[in-house]
Formats: sequence, C-alpha cells, structure tokens
Amino acid sequence: MEDEIELKTAPADFRFPTTNQTRHCFTRYIEFHRCTTAKGEDSSDCERFAKYYRALCPGEWVDKWNEQRETGTFPGPL
Amino acid sequence: MIVLKWLFLTISPCDAAEPWQLGFQDAATPIMQGIIDLHHDIFFFLILILVFVLWILVRALWHFHYKENAIPQRIVHGTTIEILWTIFPSLILMFIAIPSFALLYSMDEVVVDPAITIKAIGHQWYWTYEYSDYNSSDEQSLTFDSYMIPEEDLELGQLRLLEVDNRVVVPAKTHLRIIVTSADVLHSWAVPSLGVKCDAVPGRLNQISILVQREGVYYGQCSEICGTNHAFMPIVVEAVSRKDYGSWVSNQLIPQTGEA
Repeated sequence: MEDEIELKTAPADFRFPTTNQTRHCFTRYIEFHRCTTAKGEDSSDCERFAKYYRALCPGEWVDKWNEQRETGTFPGPL
Repeated sequence: MIVLKWLFLTISPCDAAEPWQLGFQDAATPIMQGIIDLHHDIFFFLILILVFVLWILVRALWHFHYKENAIPQRIVHGTTIEILWTIFPSLILMFIAIPSFALLYSMDEVVVDPAITIKAIGHQWYWTYEYSDYNSSDEQSLTFDSYMIPEEDLELGQLRLLEVDNRVVVPAKTHLRIIVTSADVLHSWAVPSLGVKCDAVPGRLNQISILVQREGVYYGQCSEICGTNHAFMPIVVEAVSRKDYGSWVSNQLIPQTGEA
C-alpha cells in the first residue's frame, strides 16, 4: 500500500508578495546553504529550506548553481 | 433513438476552442468566472452607449439633408450640454471601474498556503513540467516534457493542434501555485478556461495561483511568438480528484530515475 501523497509545498513568503518569484527561489537556495554551513551538512533543520528551494526553482537553475558553488563562482552571499 | 436523444441533450462544457466560437470558453476557476461577470457588466453599458451614439449619428445625418433642413443652425457653444456630456461618461466609467478594480485586486490576493507547486518551463517548441514537491534530493523525481500530438497521429475525436502526449495532471478544488519560466526565448502559458495567461521569461519566475473548481480537461496554446513552431506547443491541464492525483503521482514516482 502506498502512503497518501502529502500535499505540501513552499508557503507564500511575504518578503516576495509580487508575481516575480525569482528572488524568492534564490533566497531559499541561499538560506539552505547558509543553514548547512552553520548547522552541518546533514542537519534536519535545513531540510525545510531544501524542500522550499526545490519546489520553487527549476532543476536547471539548481544544477547550474551547484556547479558554480563547486567552482567557487556562485554569485551570492553563501 | 433514445441514445441519440441523450447524446444531443447532454450538456458538455466548452473547455477548448470551438470552430466559429464567439464567446468565452466555460469558466473553471473563480478568476475566469470573475472575468466573464465583469465582461457582462461592461457589455451592458456598452450596448447603452452604442445605441445612443448610433441614434444621434443617424438622426444628425437624416436632419442634415438639404431637403429636410435647408438652413442649418450654427450653434458653437452650449455650456450646460458640455458639462453634462463630460459628467455622464465619467459616471459610467466609475460604474465600470468598481467591479473591474474589485476583480483586479482579488486576483492579486496572495494564497498563503498553496497545496502544490508546479513549474511550467517553456522550450522551443514544447513545455516541461516539474512537480518538485516530492524530491528527496536535487534530482527531479517528477518531470516530463509535453509535446503536441502531430495531426497524422491523432485518434478519432481528438482536437487538432491542441492535444499533447503528457497532460498536466492537477487535483481539482485545490490551491495550486504555477511557476512559469522559459529555458530559451519568450513563451506564454495560457489556458482560457482557467482564466490564465502568464508570460514565460527566461531568467524570471512568474507565479500564478489557480483553483480549478471542477474536474475536466482544459486546453490552451502558447501565447507569445517564439519561433517557427509557436502555434504547435499547446497546453493541456487535466483536473482530477485528489485521490486520482495521489495515485497518478505515486505511479509517476515509482521509477526513481526521474522520467515519467
């Protein structure tokens, strides 16, 4: 028997009330990585942020940013 | 014969373009219903104004005939009438503005807790849909491309230039957040029955909130010129019950490689 699929996703963030959610996705991604830097790679507190950025950001963008982080060229305050 | 009668008397909703269609498609969301109601409100004033203007025009032409009135009047000013024909249109515009702004601002209301986020990514010339709420890592667990079914592959009863191989399955009566973007050039994700048209801009994530009120299949087409096959990248949204949506997602997620 499969579990019921949970219908949960990134909630609306009042810092980004408008149609353009580009900054929202970027901010969640940065929040996740700052959280892992502060609390450790496998901290479960950071899982929340991971779910948020994965829901909002296209896979291609996440892959590109991961690559940039590895090469040290990520354009954000990690 | 009874079957024929039943066939002709069945009401089927219009959720796709019909040949020689004049009016809107049937609404499936509160936004679209609001747009249709606003259209009816404005159309009422429009007919009043149209009949009035046509009447004045025809009357003026008729009475300006040299046989009807050989000596025309030469009125240049008329302060009262000038004030009246400024005030009355302003009042009409106010009556139109009230429902219009009500709809506009209610469309902007933020839904605090959408249940699902679906990303619609435009490519030349197809859409990719990502349902990433079920990812356990950065690997996409549910993503698929949606190509138009070419005319030669259509089955009987399918709609030309509108059918796709993989539809966007969504649960009805659930708040959805759709994020629209593009991987190359400008596209636009439009579904008339849902009252939705949102530009897909590369490098930008545009968010729209939808609540599909009834189950059904809704058709739309790319609405921003994007190259030679711009007319051949349609959108099909299939709204199903929550239970069916859950089963569909589970079935798509089973092959963990990520392809549907």
